[in-house]
Amino acid sequence: MSAALEIQGLKKTYGNGFTALKGIDLSVTQGDFYALLGANGAGKSTTIGIVSSLVNKTSGKVRIFDHDLDTQREQAKAQIGLVPQEFNFNVFEPVREILINQAGYYGIPRPEANTRAESLLRQLGLWEKRKNQARELSGGMKRRLMIARALIHRPRLLILDEPTAGVDIEIRRSMWEFLTELNQSGVTIILTTHYLEEAESLCRNIGIIDKGEVIENTSMKKLLNRLDSEHYVFDLEQEVQTLPPTDAHCSIRLRDPATIDVEFHKGHYSLNQVFDFMNRNNLKISSMRNRTNRLEQLFMDLVEGNKA
Amino acid sequence: MNAQQKWVAYYTIVVKEVLRFARIWVQTILPPVITTALYFIIFGNLIGPQIGDMDGHSYINFIMPGLIMMTVITNSYANVVSSFYGSKFQGNIAEMLVSPLPNWIILAGFITGGVARGMAVGLAVTIVSMLFSDWQLQNILVTISMGLLTSILFSLAGLVNGVYAKSFDDISIIPTFVLTPLTYLGGVFYSITMLSPFWQKLSLFNPILYMVNGFRNGILGVSDMPLWLSYLVALVFITALGSFSLGLLNRGVGIRS
Repeated sequence: MSAALEIQGLKKTYGNGFTALKGIDLSVTQGDFYALLGANGAGKSTTIGIVSSLVNKTSGKVRIFDHDLDTQREQAKAQIGLVPQEFNFNVFEPVREILINQAGYYGIPRPEANTRAESLLRQLGLWEKRKNQARELSGGMKRRLMIARALIHRPRLLILDEPTAGVDIEIRRSMWEFLTELNQSGVTIILTTHYLEEAESLCRNIGIIDKGEVIENTSMKKLLNRLDSEHYVFDLEQEVQTLPPTDAHCSIRLRDPATIDVEFHKGHYSLNQVFDFMNRNNLKISSMRNRTNRLEQLFMDLVEGNKA
Repeated sequence: MNAQQKWVAYYTIVVKEVLRFARIWVQTILPPVITTALYFIIFGNLIGPQIGDMDGHSYINFIMPGLIMMTVITNSYANVVSSFYGSKFQGNIAEMLVSPLPNWIILAGFITGGVARGMAVGLAVTIVSMLFSDWQLQNILVTISMGLLTSILFSLAGLVNGVYAKSFDDISIIPTFVLTPLTYLGGVFYSITMLSPFWQKLSLFNPILYMVNGFRNGILGVSDMPLWLSYLVALVFITALGSFSLGLLNRGVGIRS
């Protein structure tokens, strides 16, 4: 099975001499939900720009479902749907017209475009706004309109550049559900985001770009397994003043009388042992959560490591 | 993309472009009609009788083809430059760039939009001119073909301006400082035979002179230029600007980083 996206030796130097990409290699398998992460200015948007033909590359090869972007441009571009970071539709056009025009650029006749537009607008909760000008939509609706526009030609590869930036948590979660269903239907998804929790919960594989180089390209599971410690916060039903001592591989301390911080080394201690400790000492737990986002911690470690 | 898909894509751009200027007809169609009507009243009815006949026609009839051509030129140009730069400014040019649309279809779509507005305004002004003058059309084929060629040429010029424009100022500089002077000096209000030999020769470098005279030839049957030369100049400029515009789009000048 060919890769959904295959990038080899991709370089980009802008006119002002700034080298955004220093020859990156990247491969995304078909059906994957792939996170492309990096700090601001790391080269994510340049990579996406080149893949979607909005940025001219300096050198290197890009293949989309085995179609070379240089020699089979039309076939390669027909496979991609792009949701860019910035709102970039004509704000004076009605919502449905934006979708129908986009379908037209892919050669989809108007009756078929109408049917597809209705289906997408309904799925994304925009049907009631179909006659409104795009400028009249809320931020979350504009984001969903961008997703609908990117899907109107039924692409096999959907690229989302920070799709949930600035939207409230309710809409963000409904977008996650929508994207998960889309991925389950066979669409390969590449996601860039600054919400690392989002990448961790949605994506199976991950690439990290820093200073124009890919510094990590692996599965989310393997990457997260590299963390040698876990941090949890437990809320207690009843307040306590002191805690008994515990194993050397586990640190349990009181943050306040009703909250306990737990940190343990993976491989030496487990969450089951933490629960045993709680039970032995009659500590009733009302809730628990990760103290820090695991991917965020790894991401910071990798980027800091690259600086050194 | 197969031929049918390309046709759908082209048709989509054209419909979008026509709807764009049709929705705001008060800003796009009406002003040139009013302006030209004022030209007819002032230059034709008030000042014209003092000037007398020109090339065997009343002054109002003589300037009428030039005034129509002036609106065709400025509106074709304005439509494409504002639409293309507006797409760049809002970023929605990316909708076309990410799609498998060949660049020549993007070019053809924008140019057809410009021609549609140029011809729509030209037709409106022609109808208004009938209220003020009593001309009789000499050659409909020449009239329409010269109008179309001129509209295509200045739509292309508008696209080149739109490609290079980096601000809204940039889309008004060329029309104000180049297009308008060339149009006014392109024989709209006078025959170049009235000029001294030096200015006559200098006028020959103005391409608009050939368009205006070709169009006047179609409407009134008189011209300072041979008709074949008007066609030749228009076709040469269209070929040159068309190739240049396509080259700009292919290289992504002004639209791709």
